[in-house]
Amino acid sequence: MAQVSLRNVRKSFGAVDVIKGVDIDIADGEFVVFVGPSGCGKSTLLRMIAGLEDITDGDLEIDGVRMNDRQPKDRGIAMVFQTYAIFPHMTVRENVAFGLTINKTPKAEAAAKVAEAARILQMEHLMDRKPSQLSGGQRQRVAIGRAIVRDPKVFLFDEPLSNLDAALRMDMRMEIGKLHQSLGASMIYVTHDQVEAMTLADKIVVLKDGLVMQVGTPMDLYHAPDNLFVAGFLGAPSMNFIDVKLTEMESELATVENAAMQPIKVAHKGRALSVGGRGVLGIRPQYLHPVAPSEGMLHGKVALTERLGAETVVEVMLKDGEKVIAALAEDRILAPGTEIGLRFDAAQAHLFADDATQRKAVH
Amino acid sequence: MALPGFGLIAIFIILPFFFAIALSFTNQRLISPNPTQFIGMANYSRLLGVGVTTIQPERDDEGEIIRNAAGAPEYPRLRTIIRGNPDFANLAGMREWFSWERSDEARTIVLARDVVFMKALVNTLLFVIIVAPVQATLALGLALLINQRLRGISFYRAVYFMPVVVSIVVVSLLWRFIYDGNNGLLNNMLSALTFGWFEGHDWLGDPSTALGAIMVMSIWQAVGFHMVIWLSGLQTISPTLYEAAAIEGASKAQTFRYVTWPGLRNTAVLILIVITMQAFALFAQIDVMTNGGPRDSTQTIVFQAVERGYGRQDISGGSTISVLLFLLVLTISLIQGFLTREKT
Repeated sequence: MAQVSLRNVRKSFGAVDVIKGVDIDIADGEFVVFVGPSGCGKSTLLRMIAGLEDITDGDLEIDGVRMNDRQPKDRGIAMVFQTYAIFPHMTVRENVAFGLTINKTPKAEAAAKVAEAARILQMEHLMDRKPSQLSGGQRQRVAIGRAIVRDPKVFLFDEPLSNLDAALRMDMRMEIGKLHQSLGASMIYVTHDQVEAMTLADKIVVLKDGLVMQVGTPMDLYHAPDNLFVAGFLGAPSMNFIDVKLTEMESELATVENAAMQPIKVAHKGRALSVGGRGVLGIRPQYLHPVAPSEGMLHGKVALTERLGAETVVEVMLKDGEKVIAALAEDRILAPGTEIGLRFDAAQAHLFADDATQRKAVH
Repeated sequence: MALPGFGLIAIFIILPFFFAIALSFTNQRLISPNPTQFIGMANYSRLLGVGVTTIQPERDDEGEIIRNAAGAPEYPRLRTIIRGNPDFANLAGMREWFSWERSDEARTIVLARDVVFMKALVNTLLFVIIVAPVQATLALGLALLINQRLRGISFYRAVYFMPVVVSIVVVSLLWRFIYDGNNGLLNNMLSALTFGWFEGHDWLGDPSTALGAIMVMSIWQAVGFHMVIWLSGLQTISPTLYEAAAIEGASKAQTFRYVTWPGLRNTAVLILIVITMQAFALFAQIDVMTNGGPRDSTQTIVFQAVERGYGRQDISGGSTISVLLFLLVLTISLIQGFLTREKT
C-alpha cells in the first residue's frame, strides 16, 4: 500500500527522448491505467517505475522514498508481463514461490504464502503442472500469483491481457478488478485497450509521444476531454471532428458554423481560439440523433450502415463532403443515399483548437 | 528429385559404412595377390584380446625370494609364459600392457594382444573425458562473457571464433612451433616470465606431456565453435525471464541457476554430443604433430585406423578399428541421450 509519485520524469535513449517530463501522483490503493497508442512511452514509463529502465532525469518516489537508484527488488513492486515471463522448467508452485525460494524464506512460511495466492486466484488444482500444460489465461494467473506472493506495495501490469483471446481477456479483466478490490494495493496498469482502461481504472493517464495528455477518472476523460487527442482516443466509435469557423466569442460560449451546419453556441473553456479563426467541433457518435432531412444541425446522405443488433452505426456524408459517424442505440434500417438530418445537444459537443498532430495520431 | 543427392550419400557414406563392417570380418589388404578370405571374428579378437597373469618371484633353494642389488625381487622373464608355454596357450603371442606388484609376493601383469591399440583406446578415452567438459565449460564461459551489449563486442566474438576458421592442419603446424623444445614460443614465454628460471621443455617430445599439450591445443582451437552454439542458445532465452528474475531479486548466480542454465538444456545436450564425437575422431593433430609418439603416448583410435588401413595396407584391420569406434561412440551417445532425456 503506497503512494507513487513521478516528478518531471524523463527518459532518453541516446539522442531520442522517449519520456519528455511526466508528473503523475498515484494515491494509496489507487488503480491507475496508463493508456496510449503504440510508442507513446507507457510501457517504458512502467519499466522505469519497476527499475528495469534507468530514469534519465526527474524523481520517482514510492511512499516518499526516492527510488531512482534502487534495485527493482528493493522498490516494493511486483510486475506482471505481457508474455507472462513464467519459468518454463518449473511447476506452477515453484514459479509462484520463486521469489521466496531465492530469498530463502522458511519453507513453512513460503508454503503458506503460496497456498494463499493459489486460493485467491483459484488455481489450487494447477499447482503441480508445468507451464506448457497451461492455457494462456492460466499462465497469466501464475504470473499474477508470483506477484501476489511478493506482497508488494505496488503492482505493475504491462499489457497483461494482450496475449489472450477476446473472451478470456474479459474474464481476466474482471478478475484483476476483483483482485484490486480484495488486496487494496496500488496498481499501475499499462494497456492500449481503452475498454480495459475505462473499466478498471480509478484514474486514467493518457500518454502520447512521452507526454501526459490528460489525467482523470474515466468519466472525466470521456465527458470532458482536454484536447483533441484524448477526445479521439477514448470512445468507440471515436469522436467525430468537424472543422468549424468561429464567428463570435462570449465569456463562456463561442458561436461556430461551417458550410454544412448552422451557427451554434458551444462552450469554449478558454481554449486558444479567436473570432474568425478555425476550430474543431467534437461530437461523440452516440450523441448524434437522426431526424428528418429538413431538421437538425447537420445535413447529408447516408453512406453506409452497420447493424450490430443493439446499435446501428451510420456513416453520413455531409453536404460539404466531410463524413461523420452516428451510433444509434436501436436497430434501424437506413438505405444508402437516403437524405438525413442529424441533431445534437450543443452541451454535449466539445470545441477544440485545431491541432493536426493530435488528430492524426489517433489509434 | 532427391535421387542425385541420395545417390551420392549412398555411394560415399552408406556403402562405405557397410563395406567397413563387411571387411572387418575378412583379411582384405589394400593390394594383395591372394584372394580375400572370411576369417570371422579374428580381427576383433586380435585387437581386443587381453589376459591377466600373475607371476611369482624367483626363489632360491631355501625358498627365499631372490633380490637384485636394489633389493627388488626378481621375477622370471615374461617370455617364458607367452612364448610356447603349453600351460598358458591362451596368452600366447600377447605382450605386456601394464603391471603392478602386490607386496613382494607376486606381480600381476595385464597382457594385450595389441598393446598399441589398447594405448590408443585409453588415450582417446582420456582425451574425451578431459576435453569434453573443459571445452564445454570454457565455451559457455566465453559465451556468457560475449553475450553482453558492449561497444565492440563483435570484435571479441570474431577473435574467439578465428581459430575455428583456420584449418586444423595449419593450427597444428603453428602449435608445433609454439611447443618446440628448443626455441618454441611457449618455452620462450615461460622463460621470460620466470626470468630465465624455466629452462625449456620438449612438450611434444616427452611422453608425459605430449597428450596434454595436444589436449590444450585442441581445446583452444574448437572452443570458439562451441561458444557460438552456446551463444545461440543464450539468445533464445526470453529477456523478460531475466527481468522477472531481477524484480524477484535474484543474484547473478541465482539468475544463472534458475533462468540461464535451464534455458540452455537442449543446447547443452547438443554440445556434449558434438564435442564427444569430435573428440573421439581426434586425428589431424596427431598426424601433424606427433605421429602417435613419443612411445605411443599420443596414439588414438582414428590415427590407428588410418595407420593400419593405409600405412600398413591392412584394410581389414583399419575397418575393424572403425567399426569398434562406431560402436563405442554409439554406446556413449545412447547413454548420454538416456541421461539427458526430457523427464516428464
